[in-house]
Amino acid sequence: MDNVLAFGAASSQAGRVDALFVMIAVIGGFFFFLTQGLLIYFAVKYRRRVPGRDNDTPAITGNPVLEFLWILIPSLVVVVIFYYGWRVYTDQRIPAAGATEVYVNARSWMYEIRYPDGRTAINEIRVPAGKPVKFILSASDVLHGFYLPDFRVKMDMIPGRVTTLWVQPERPGSYQIFCTVYCGTGHSNMLAQLIVMPEREYAEWVEHGGPERREGEEREPLAVRGERIVKNAGCLNCHAVDGKEKIGPNFRGLFGSKVPLEGGKSVAADEEYLRESIVDPGAKVVKGYPNVMPTYKASMPPDDVRAAVEYLKTLK
Amino acid sequence: MEGVGRMEAEGNGRGYLAERGWRSWAFTLDHKRIGAMYLWTTIFFFLAGGLFAMLLRLELLSPQARYFSNHAYNVFFTLHGAMMIFLFIIPAIPSGLGNFFIPLHIGARDVAFPRLNLASYWVFAAGFLVIIGSLVAPMDTGWTFYTPYSAKSAAAVTTLSLGIFLIGMSSILTGLNFIVTIHKLRAPGMTWHRLPLFIWGMYSTSIIQVIATPVVGVTFLLLAAERILGVGFFDPAKGGDPVLFQHFFWFYSHPVVYVMILPAMGIVSEVIPVFSRKPIFGYKAIAYSSVAIALGGFLVWGHHMFTSGMSPLANTIFSLMTFFVAVPTAVKVFNWTATLYRGSITFEAPMLYALTFIFLFIVGGLTGPFLGALATNVQLHDTYFVVAHFHYTMMGGTVMGFFAGLHYWFPKMTGKMLNEKVARAAWALIFVGFNVTFFTMFIVGVRGMPRRYAEYLPKFQVENVISTIGSAVLAAGILVMCWNFLHGLRKGAPAPANPWRALSLEWRAASPPETENFHEIPHVTDWPYGYGTPKA
Repeated sequence: MDNVLAFGAASSQAGRVDALFVMIAVIGGFFFFLTQGLLIYFAVKYRRRVPGRDNDTPAITGNPVLEFLWILIPSLVVVVIFYYGWRVYTDQRIPAAGATEVYVNARSWMYEIRYPDGRTAINEIRVPAGKPVKFILSASDVLHGFYLPDFRVKMDMIPGRVTTLWVQPERPGSYQIFCTVYCGTGHSNMLAQLIVMPEREYAEWVEHGGPERREGEEREPLAVRGERIVKNAGCLNCHAVDGKEKIGPNFRGLFGSKVPLEGGKSVAADEEYLRESIVDPGAKVVKGYPNVMPTYKASMPPDDVRAAVEYLKTLK
Repeated sequence: MEGVGRMEAEGNGRGYLAERGWRSWAFTLDHKRIGAMYLWTTIFFFLAGGLFAMLLRLELLSPQARYFSNHAYNVFFTLHGAMMIFLFIIPAIPSGLGNFFIPLHIGARDVAFPRLNLASYWVFAAGFLVIIGSLVAPMDTGWTFYTPYSAKSAAAVTTLSLGIFLIGMSSILTGLNFIVTIHKLRAPGMTWHRLPLFIWGMYSTSIIQVIATPVVGVTFLLLAAERILGVGFFDPAKGGDPVLFQHFFWFYSHPVVYVMILPAMGIVSEVIPVFSRKPIFGYKAIAYSSVAIALGGFLVWGHHMFTSGMSPLANTIFSLMTFFVAVPTAVKVFNWTATLYRGSITFEAPMLYALTFIFLFIVGGLTGPFLGALATNVQLHDTYFVVAHFHYTMMGGTVMGFFAGLHYWFPKMTGKMLNEKVARAAWALIFVGFNVTFFTMFIVGVRGMPRRYAEYLPKFQVENVISTIGSAVLAAGILVMCWNFLHGLRKGAPAPANPWRALSLEWRAASPPETENFHEIPHVTDWPYGYGTPKA
């Protein structure tokens, strides 16, 4: 049996989750022994001694001090646990700069992998060790899950929406990926591997191609394909890619910026925002611009939207 | 308390059971008979759901599919969940024991609306018949019905959700009936602070049923509209949002875990003082914490969805709220334990189950913070850790409370005593079997095994084999317990009116109680927990 407590985390981020787990286990263990101990101790000590005749029992109906304390102390304890849970989670959700990006699309019952430079694969993701990796997740048919137990993280994969997850693999090796959202007959067979390679081996693999690269196949980077799609779809009639102003918001510097919206709110321009603005432009209208853009929901397949978003991300 | 009708304890020996023939049951307006019908029905579905659980455990003996196909496995866990949740654990205590004992506890002749009560049962019956009908194309979506899978599945999702819609309707009617009954039919002198704590639990539960159940009803209507009419509420291909379904679903299904647990906590609050011969410790804290849990329970549904792509801010708020709902639950455990202090404790079967409730519920409760804290939730969500956690709270909690109630009130309901030795033997098997089955699931969950897996990686096999062995012991215990019930029903010694020397009003009625319960409505002058005083 490999380590029962699941130590041997594959990243320092996962190590922090384990530390939180141990902290909760220690606090929980203390209260476990306290409450179970008292329960069993009282049950044994105050059992009826003489069959058929009750012990004298005092008519205690409460104790305000005790009751106040046992509301106060658990309340403080749970706030502490909440706080650490939140801290570790928040750090986990902020992607480190310069992450290697990998697009993962789930369909019943496999993971389709696409790298920004155009490489594709099924059920096998290769990334370099020592660099953060950002998974950009989507699904084609039903809900799926993306669970990396060695990294202590998971994220649902949702049709019609983009979710993200990032990890920082430190040790080369092969790590299990499970689907965790029930998706039908093949759910438990929907497995994949994350292969973390030493950086030099990875570079070599990128150069010479993996097993999935066919002979003579032209490999087109996703952003290049996206640029072609953006031009062909007429996006640039209304959106500028330089500093100029057109009918719609400017594309340059858009990704990662904070976009003010009609109605006073604002939104961070991430992959999900860009995707939504292409397929449902009326959902979030940028402040100061008319709500006139037609939807591309029917005319641009999800794969093309993904490529277009990848292109927009290059316009820094 | 005073005002015991002198006739009460005698009765005609058969009480409300005197009349015979199916019509006397099918058209009865007696809350006790309706309660008994609910009990028979729900226990039947408990055994059916348990059978599916045993099939699941059998398949999980080996990592590869051996006895059943993956599809069959998926159908089994769906039916196990759907039956246990909708046909057993939600109705068993409220509609079964609640129907039987609310009027007896508050000193009333019946519930406020007896005809509505009968209608609730028959709507419930229609619901479970429709659910049985859905087995022609058995559903494989899991009891959670997550879209878009449930919107696309070829199985009889619409039929099953119609059945659950009817069950929900019955649940609303019962809840409404109980709220009015508790408000309007309390015996003279039965003030709110003299109510048995079982009634406080039932009252809180009824509020949740009335407020939350319509939401799941509407959700299933939307799902049916999507499947039949093609309206895109949840399927993104039609412009819908699958996560919206999860919000709707959990807005009902989280509060409903309190529908399951609060009445069981009420039973434990009744049983512990009786078998400790001491007043309950902190009556008001237990009573008001039930209401606090019922209301707070509406604000935490998002903790089922921390990995669903909800914003980190929403996740944070739901996580914080979740921790605060845990506090009133902890308070109850402290109160029960303090009630034992300096008591005169005996260990008849009801007490054994009540203590087991506390023991297992502490384990379930203390594993909650792992799932309430965001970072560890992201790790453990949808693994066997969650399966273990909710079985400790739901089966270790609610079902043990239900068993405590069945053993405690068996003499009152049937007029017969149970065989105590057999009851204790069954308890021992259940206690050991339960822990072996479910504690191993915590371990395999931390090691990363996802739930709802028909086939799994070989490295998880040891735990799964241990768990299956435990489940066989658990099942044996439950069968022994059921045998004891049937044997007691036919051949048990006649029960006195008050075998446990309890103070609440139901024990003043005959065993079994007459139709309309009391010859004279009792006049209440004290709370029902005056143990250890000269009155007891």
